[in-house]
Amino acid sequence: MRYLPLTDVDRKDMRDAIGVADFAALYADVPSELLLDRPLDLPRAKSEMEVERLLSAMAKRNLSAASAPFFIGAGAYRHHIPASVDHLIQRSEFLTSYTPYQPEISQGTLQYLFEFQTQVAMLTGMEIANASMYDGSTACAEAALMAHRITKRRKAILSGGLHPHYADVLRTISHFAGDEIVALAPDVRAREDIASAIDDSVSCVIVQTPDVFGNLRDLTPIAEACHRHGALLVAVFTEVVSLGLLKSPGEMGADIVVGEGQSLGNPLSFGGPYLGLLATRHSYLRQTPGRLIGETVDADGRRGYVATLSAREQHIRRDKATSNICTNSNLCALAFSIHLSLLGEAGLRRLARANHASAIDLVDRLAGVAGVETLNESFFNEFTLRVPGDAARLVEAMAEQGVLAGVPVSRLLPQAGLDDLLIVASTEVDTVEDREAFVAAMRGAL
Amino acid sequence: MLDHPKDSAFETFSGNRGLDQEEPPIFEIGRTDTSGVDIEEPAHLEPRLGALERKGPIGLPGLSEPEAMRHYVRLSRKNYSIDAGLYPLGSCTMKHNPRLNEKVARLAGFADLHPLQPQSTAQGALALMEELSRWLLTLTGMSAIALSPKAGAHGELCGLMAIEAALEARGEAATRKVVLIPQSAHGTNPASAALLGFQPRVIEAGADGVVSEEAVVKTLGPDVAAIMLTNPNTCGLFERNIVAIARRVHEAGGYFYCDGANFNAIAGVARPGDLGVDAMHLNLHKTFSTPHGGGGPGSGPVVFSERLAPFAPVPFLLREGETLRLVEHGDGAQSFGRLSAFHGQFGTFVRALAYILSHGADGLAQASRDAVLSANYLRAALRDVMTQPFGDRLCMHEVLFDDSFLEGTGVATLDFAKAMIDEGYHPMTIYFPLVVHGAMLIEPTESESKRSLDLFVATLRDLIASAKRGETRRFTEAPRYAPRRRLDEAAAARKPVLRWSAG
Repeated sequence: MRYLPLTDVDRKDMRDAIGVADFAALYADVPSELLLDRPLDLPRAKSEMEVERLLSAMAKRNLSAASAPFFIGAGAYRHHIPASVDHLIQRSEFLTSYTPYQPEISQGTLQYLFEFQTQVAMLTGMEIANASMYDGSTACAEAALMAHRITKRRKAILSGGLHPHYADVLRTISHFAGDEIVALAPDVRAREDIASAIDDSVSCVIVQTPDVFGNLRDLTPIAEACHRHGALLVAVFTEVVSLGLLKSPGEMGADIVVGEGQSLGNPLSFGGPYLGLLATRHSYLRQTPGRLIGETVDADGRRGYVATLSAREQHIRRDKATSNICTNSNLCALAFSIHLSLLGEAGLRRLARANHASAIDLVDRLAGVAGVETLNESFFNEFTLRVPGDAARLVEAMAEQGVLAGVPVSRLLPQAGLDDLLIVASTEVDTVEDREAFVAAMRGAL
Repeated sequence: MLDHPKDSAFETFSGNRGLDQEEPPIFEIGRTDTSGVDIEEPAHLEPRLGALERKGPIGLPGLSEPEAMRHYVRLSRKNYSIDAGLYPLGSCTMKHNPRLNEKVARLAGFADLHPLQPQSTAQGALALMEELSRWLLTLTGMSAIALSPKAGAHGELCGLMAIEAALEARGEAATRKVVLIPQSAHGTNPASAALLGFQPRVIEAGADGVVSEEAVVKTLGPDVAAIMLTNPNTCGLFERNIVAIARRVHEAGGYFYCDGANFNAIAGVARPGDLGVDAMHLNLHKTFSTPHGGGGPGSGPVVFSERLAPFAPVPFLLREGETLRLVEHGDGAQSFGRLSAFHGQFGTFVRALAYILSHGADGLAQASRDAVLSANYLRAALRDVMTQPFGDRLCMHEVLFDDSFLEGTGVATLDFAKAMIDEGYHPMTIYFPLVVHGAMLIEPTESESKRSLDLFVATLRDLIASAKRGETRRFTEAPRYAPRRRLDEAAAARKPVLRWSAG
């Protein structure tokens, strides 16, 4: 076995040194009836070449975004990732290190996480950010739990524009944690009246912008309504690139901002690993879940970084911890941070404008397709179409023509009776030819 | 030789000393008008953003590509990694990370796949998930699997949710609110239980470091929902009373959740299903060697017994003839719901399967046996100079010492660990498990050669001899040869500075 350095001679010498006769003796604490006495019904070891061949064959059975005009979003987005990002995150010292338990020899990890926290705080317009969560949906659930701790109330109101998966995750955790959820109806045109749903028993209101249907929302009046009732506004985004062009949630009065960071530096990868972003006010620091990196000095007075405020965390507080989270999406956060450093403010704004321009171009082209209506008044790089007939069938038909067209709302909300709605995303990766192919395939399939 | 070169003759203008390079934060070297990515400005853009266009500056620094390369390469050199040396962190399982895993995860057919594209266009990805599931279910001897949990602690939530859903179905969710957890458990166990409204009840381990049947029976009652047991446990020992404990818990109407963090000791050797386990998470990044990436991402699939299988979360896989279908909504079924957007850490599944296929069933069993052999080899080689809290007995894949061997030397456990840094090693896990005073938990894994283990032993023996000779400065002033000397963690917590700011 190529990964195992011990030879049979080594193994015998080591057993002798320990004073055991064979491997069975090493497992003396395992009741003998539990030790497998036969090989499992599973294949034997394969060479590197064989494994590569096998997995390549599986990969080839998928239609990848790289090989088709591609317009799918709804929580995960395809963007160009500079080659240097993947090169850098594959450096051994980043890739094969662990949680920075020994800060003196983990300054690389600690410093880039400190930089990441600062970048996320700047982007969201908030005072502080943590060092990443599992993904946007779980970060959203953590934000609700955090709001419950801060307000000592246990009722969350979910906007009908919140990504249905995020709402489902909130439903699951609330059901088991004994918290209350009020989920408003799907809000295709962003016209719901959230403010009137807020009263003094509400812990937080959770609103996404751009929402799952692509609509932009002004959070300011919602924030005011929340604050009048002592509730917190949790702002959610799934497309972080939008923050390059849009007012930040912090500017609009959000108390906690959570979102998905996959768009920067991280491939689609069929749904994960992604990274959750969480930013908030300084005063909520001790109720913030996850890892926090802080600046300090070493014994020689030199600037350095450490994981800090761990008194909130499970390894110290156990059942009194602010959350049960132990790991984070460290390497994904590194990819995010490198990509954002490469972009810089100027690059991020250009990237955001390029996304917006692609989407505008596609919307304008679709205006000429009979029977198809764009429902959004404002949007960033994603919008919702009403199509004649069943959107899921349309998507399948377009896939047969080699175009990956979008997400039918029925896939996210099967019971909502919104079978004629299609969520379409367009990013800087699409070319004019791709958008032409989209329109042609749609005409062909209708 | 041991003196740090504080003499001004050794100071440099740039702060750099040969390959020991300083690197300021991006905010001090980048500029908001610099970019390392060329993006064409779209022509004649008339935004359709309503009134929500960002007006003010963000302040984000930009780096050109060469500046970015240098920044991150320099930072990388301030990290210890498994590719650089032995990383004996107990309970963390720092084993070799094969680069083949990285290569296949980046195949366009996997990396460039959207979670919501038509399932008909992602059958290869679903087949990969099915193949991984088959391996994990066979290795554990269990009935069903949830691939979506994002990490071990997320898997704990998943398992406990399935248990509570099963109790709800029995009409006992309101009365069974206690989860039994050994004092030595990972902190995530009580945190996960508390998050879901369970009350953790502590079980004491015996003088031999494992939980006895009697200790469990004493805490059992009609209020008990489950026991959460780590096996092998965090003291590096196999819970040898496991079958009797599982039987007792089942008889009392509770479920057995196994924390599978240490499955790498028994993979291919024994099956949790045979131990009576009802739910167990698997840390793919540990047992199946996906890189830890400085602390994540992890991946924590959960396997279920037949009794809990109906309650597994969505999405799950169904085979319909030649076609695989991912069931994404559980309406009408007993599934407890959704744990995260999409289908889990797919990129990690690819890496884990590459590792699994490379080993095969025979290689996985050999890896487990080698991990146990290496830990016991260290135990045997150090038992005359270090002290074991539960006496000299066989351990599993990690060996636990305590700090009583340092008594009277003036060297604390932390000092000892820091001195290891100066010897070129990442220290072992210290102060965990909390039940052992001055715990030192060493996990060499199966990745180390005998030569590497021998050198590690020699280094530890030398350090111990040095401590006994009274050379305390070697410890209290360590590390001297790291990118930083000891960092002031108290100051960091007292006045938290969590973001860069000018001045």
